[in-house]
Amino acid sequence: MSKNNEYWQANIRLMIKLLIVWFIVSFGCGILFVDALNTIQIGGYKLGFWFAQQGAIYTFVAIIFIYAKKMAVLDKEHGVDE
Amino acid sequence: MELQTLTYIIVGFTFAVYIGIAFWARAGSTKEFYVAGGGIHPIANGMATAADWMSAASFIGMAGLIAFYGYGGSVFLMGWTGGYVLLALLLAPYLRKFGKFTVPEFIGDRFYSRTARIVAVVCLILASVTYVIGQMKGIGVAFSRFLEVKYEVGLLIGMCIVFFYSVMGGMKGITYTQIAQYVVLIFAYTIPAVFISLNLTGNPIPQLGLGSTLVGTDTFLLDRLDQVVTELGWAEYTTQARLSHVNMFAYTMSLMIGTAGLPHVIIRFFTVPKVKDARSSAGWALVFIAILYTTAPAVAGMARLNLINTMAPEGQEQLSYAERPQWFKNWEKTGLLKFEDKNGDGKINYEASPAKNELVKVDRDIMVLANPEIAKLPNWVIALVAAGGLAAALSTAAGLLLAIASAISHDLLKGVFKPDISEKQELRASRFAMAGAIVLAGYLGFNPPDFAAGTVALAFGLAASSIFPALMMGIFSKKMNREGAIAGMISGISVTLLYVFQHKGIMFVQSTSFMGDMPQNWFFGIEPNAFGAIGALVNFTVAILVYRKFAEAPQDVQDMVESIRIPAGAEHAHDH
Repeated sequence: MSKNNEYWQANIRLMIKLLIVWFIVSFGCGILFVDALNTIQIGGYKLGFWFAQQGAIYTFVAIIFIYAKKMAVLDKEHGVDE
Repeated sequence: MELQTLTYIIVGFTFAVYIGIAFWARAGSTKEFYVAGGGIHPIANGMATAADWMSAASFIGMAGLIAFYGYGGSVFLMGWTGGYVLLALLLAPYLRKFGKFTVPEFIGDRFYSRTARIVAVVCLILASVTYVIGQMKGIGVAFSRFLEVKYEVGLLIGMCIVFFYSVMGGMKGITYTQIAQYVVLIFAYTIPAVFISLNLTGNPIPQLGLGSTLVGTDTFLLDRLDQVVTELGWAEYTTQARLSHVNMFAYTMSLMIGTAGLPHVIIRFFTVPKVKDARSSAGWALVFIAILYTTAPAVAGMARLNLINTMAPEGQEQLSYAERPQWFKNWEKTGLLKFEDKNGDGKINYEASPAKNELVKVDRDIMVLANPEIAKLPNWVIALVAAGGLAAALSTAAGLLLAIASAISHDLLKGVFKPDISEKQELRASRFAMAGAIVLAGYLGFNPPDFAAGTVALAFGLAASSIFPALMMGIFSKKMNREGAIAGMISGISVTLLYVFQHKGIMFVQSTSFMGDMPQNWFFGIEPNAFGAIGALVNFTVAILVYRKFAEAPQDVQDMVESIRIPAGAEHAHDH
């Protein structure tokens, strides 16, 4: 089971990294630091406002596909794929 | 062509398609009925999940909320999408590997306890029934408005359609119908947005249009919007927070974990062939959801600007009531838009100050529906929006009804009361349960309880505080025992219910509210709708404390948790 354990630990590490990104783009950029980011303007968007209404959502999509892709590699490496 | 005729043609055509699909995709086994045979391609499943997920509230309600809350409305955008990250990373692949039909089934097996399964069924039914009432009401309202029939007649038509394809087809019929419904609703949502964005900014992509300059000027649309709303006395559109940042934080978190804990969304991931597919399918679902969710802020901002510009065109006098446009008159008839000439000058004075504002009622729910009319788009676009709103409400209702029916027939009947019934009997029982659920939902739709409006938020709070933590602990802790899980679920859901009831009244009867619904009585200024996150925290804490007092989970359960953590050896979802 130690091999599976390694696989699980690698999975958890990847998950934590991605959840940190998930937290930063939504709760961080969209809520906690929104006022600071709003001083930066990108096109017609204030940056904090953009994260809250657009950027966070795009990042969420990217996070899921990155996870799916990296896990597929991890599955193969540890010989646990279907 | 006349708008009414066009609406009948477009709505009638979409219904014919849904019914045709239902005939083609009849369910022949319990496996087809509960999980569509487990053979749905991840992209197709993603599309069906998106339709299942996006209800009348997303389609009709959300942009209206953002239009009036501005930045504060972001909680819905982030909350209702961020949950998919949690689903894809924390729940979907493992539940798919577990390979059974329902959420309570997982909780019952993982916590080796029939009681845990029953508690989960109760939580699931509470969350789903409160959610489905809102959908039925949405269906009735949408039908009555677009087809100009009575609310009751509209509701009845809607019930018959849902009955037809979900009782016959189960998950299989529902999945294929939802794919068609997604296509209808996404065109219905984006086409008007593209037109309006082109009109205002010259950019056909609404997501970019919102960040562009207005046609013929150097002024950014959002700057102009900020300027006009502040001139009229409202808070600045792009920075107005919803109560406080603490509250926005809790609200967003509640919606996220509520999304990840809602059973009708989770069971969608039992329908894909492989564990790998469960991960990517959540990604595809979010892509299809994001198309609507990133368009919504543009629809919201532009609708607000158009509304203000119509009432008080730049550099001109305010609109006189006698010259109000046709859409204004139509919506006045419904009572959702009201004018009161306070200063008696015959002009419509629209501003923030309650004493001077003469547009005394602008129901937020009319923004998406009235938007194409306000922007003077052709009739076929308006008819398409009607079909889209109906598709959104029907698809969500069907998904919820399936979750309820499978909890009753599979978890209660087969799992608890009559474990020895044959597959054929169970299939029949699940059809009866589905029919019963539709009749119950319809009854509640005909006699909507006072609390219908508050229920959607409650459904999220219930799912967030009961189901999500139990699932997570079941997967990420090998040793968590049944005592901890049961105590956690019960205390999480009770705390949430208590908080909502003490501020909103018991069963939302206002006079029984013993704490008053006002910010100074709120725990850290968190509004009741946002309390699911705290409920979930209570659930985790209680579960861990209770867990320490009892023996850890037996070895065979720990082995099962080992096995769901690795994709190898996954079979199609099966019974026993």
